[in-house]
Amino acid sequence: MIRALGWVLRRDLLLAFRRRGDVVNALVFFVIVVSLFPLGVGPEASQLRNMAPGVLWVAALLACMLSLARLFAPDHQDGTLEQMLLAGEPLVVLVAGKVISHWLMSGLPLVLMAPLLGLQFDLPGDALAVLCLSLLLGTPVLSLIGAVGAALTLGVRGSGVLVALLVLPLYVPVLIFGAGSVGAVAAGTGAEAHLLLLGGFLALSVVLAPWGCAAALRIAME
Amino acid sequence: MLEARHLECTRGERRLFTDLSFKLGRGQLLRVAGANGSGKTSLLRIMCGLLAPSAGELRWRGKPIRSEREEYSRNLVFIGHLNALKDDLTALENLQVAAALAGMSAEAKRMLAALERFGVDHCAELPAKVLSQGQRRRVALARLELSAAVPLWILDEPFSALDVAAVMELEGLLAAHLASGGMVVLTTHQEVQVVAHAVVRVDLDLHTAALLAA
Repeated sequence: MIRALGWVLRRDLLLAFRRRGDVVNALVFFVIVVSLFPLGVGPEASQLRNMAPGVLWVAALLACMLSLARLFAPDHQDGTLEQMLLAGEPLVVLVAGKVISHWLMSGLPLVLMAPLLGLQFDLPGDALAVLCLSLLLGTPVLSLIGAVGAALTLGVRGSGVLVALLVLPLYVPVLIFGAGSVGAVAAGTGAEAHLLLLGGFLALSVVLAPWGCAAALRIAME
Repeated sequence: MLEARHLECTRGERRLFTDLSFKLGRGQLLRVAGANGSGKTSLLRIMCGLLAPSAGELRWRGKPIRSEREEYSRNLVFIGHLNALKDDLTALENLQVAAALAGMSAEAKRMLAALERFGVDHCAELPAKVLSQGQRRRVALARLELSAAVPLWILDEPFSALDVAAVMELEGLLAAHLASGGMVVLTTHQEVQVVAHAVVRVDLDLHTAALLAA
């Protein structure tokens, strides 16, 4: 089982490496969207500090959603998804491998890039640290929930819009507590409560999402 | 070993076939023939457990296949009309991933031997996207060479895009698999028949003989 997970992970990372452009696209999108806001609303530092958590989190959310289209659709098209369903390994394990690699390719780069972008908004050091931590806890949730959405809309026409409709409402709690955690630090109330809740979301989605995703894939393949 | 009981398949509003029953034992070949759209691929997907029949059931060693999905999956190889190759991986990497997911050793030497059997070992280090249709099909079929120990082979149009030499190679492989007690299910357009289930009902041993003679 662990071996199969390793192979799926290895395969997807290798594919991502061969198609680096796709990974870079999402990251560039993130950077550009975040960088446009200071230009749009003006350079007043206190205003930027206030809106920074929300802007960064919304941009991360959208960047993550952009890459969902590539999670299962290419495998569906070339028949490799079919073979995964017949692999003789629990589909949940293979799905977990794919979600982990999706997060490594789309979530982790955002986490690493966020402090740099936070500086543009004049965020203080402790807020930057919490921002990173909240993204570190939150982006895997985005990948996990997104995978269920991507699996449900597999092979459906206009699936991009449908994924957004399905997944964005479920992203809302993550967005609220993610952005809220950074805001809480700025307000001096401490971010523990927000971060604990994010950790709770992560634990819940780790337990539920792979099963939901595997079931959705079986339905989509019929 | 594999037994179909009163299978029925409905896609959308259309009923493709109904009340289809057959038994497949060791060393037997089941050839599914039928016109385009008669449900050959659907039947094969039902036999793989990818698709639920709208009525009836399939039993493997006496147990319904959907009750022990993973166990059943380990006993079959499915090569569909899609080759299941990733364009950005090399032929060798594609084969390694397929072998590893099937729970087999992914040792490069074995993979190369399998590719050699189908005459595509010189393409091992090339990404699949630069291979021709026939070469891609050969790489996909090389999985069979690795799967001699897997009893049930389900092949959708395995002969498509192959040249004469590869067709003979594949026929040899199928014959060897059947001789060693394996089972093969395949669709092919040579000798097109009218309805899928009409041909399934035909004596399977005769079909084995017909294919081997051809």
